[in-house]
Amino acid sequence: MTPISTFDLWVVILGLGIGSYALRFVFIGLIGDRQLPEWVLRHLRYTGVAVIPALIAPLVVWPAATDGQMDAPRFIAALVTLSVGLAFRNVIASVLAGGATLYLFLHLLG
Amino acid sequence: MTPKNTLSPYLQGMADGAPFVLVVVPFGLLFGVVSSELGLHVLEAITLSLMVLAGAAQFTGVQLLAEGTPALIALIAALAVNLRMAMYAAALAPHWQGAPLRERAFAAWLVVDQGYACAMLAYEKNPDWSSRQKLRYYVGTVSLICPFWCAFTVIGAVLGTAIPPEYALDFAVPITFLAMIGPMLRTGAHMAAALVAVFASLLLAWMPYSLGLLVAGALGMITGAQVELITRRRGEGRS
Repeated sequence: MTPISTFDLWVVILGLGIGSYALRFVFIGLIGDRQLPEWVLRHLRYTGVAVIPALIAPLVVWPAATDGQMDAPRFIAALVTLSVGLAFRNVIASVLAGGATLYLFLHLLG
Repeated sequence: MTPKNTLSPYLQGMADGAPFVLVVVPFGLLFGVVSSELGLHVLEAITLSLMVLAGAAQFTGVQLLAEGTPALIALIAALAVNLRMAMYAAALAPHWQGAPLRERAFAAWLVVDQGYACAMLAYEKNPDWSSRQKLRYYVGTVSLICPFWCAFTVIGAVLGTAIPPEYALDFAVPITFLAMIGPMLRTGAHMAAALVAVFASLLLAWMPYSLGLLVAGALGMITGAQVELITRRRGEGRS
């Protein structure tokens, strides 16, 4: 992990703050009840399920904490977290299961 | 007459949104702890929570910066995670159309997952509400979760500095995101989008400036949209 530069951090804080507000206000304040084209809505529906997995996949396979080497406790914890989330559709249960698995295997294998 | 109809729309909203406090508290806490681990000051963490009010995008931005991703790419990726807010806003806008601009501008800042989910249900059940009542109901749904989100960000950020590195908090962000993804994978199209995004992201990890993430995200979105289209056409063909 490299230390985050203060300038970069504030670019992201302000950019994300203003950008997120713009994303919300454009329709509510400016466009009103005009509908977005269906093909745009169809792509928007998949932003979360595409961007978030793309972001975490490298973190799971090549964790920075182990210098990019695949790490059994972290990988097993990731699988357990995802499986519990899929099976029970409960975010909190999934976090707790994943965290418990991680600590258990770090303890057993560490 | 059910008893809940005697409550004002604002209070009804507050009651419907209240259970989500249980979800928001641990996530706010985690965001505060993780951001302090990654080197953010309390002021930086709370500004982010206050302005953005969306955990996934906040985690994305901060995590990517900590990996050394250029600020512009981190910002684009985090905004991409928040694109769903535009979708929620587009769905809420027609309901709020008649309310004063001042109130709509305020409520726009508060558009979040849980409020949107509550509102869509309630508007269907109460078609007689005026646009102003609908807006007040919405503000009610988030008037507990948003302050809790911000307050627990601060508590987490203050506590975070006291947690030593052997607790493997480096993995808190992946676990949080993985936990959020499970319940989001509702259809084959969602699964296909996620799978393509995962493989594309791993195969494109060589790209400079974390651009692989943006390409993988876009490929995932296109996959999801196409699979949805194909599935629907097949369904129509059969009926």
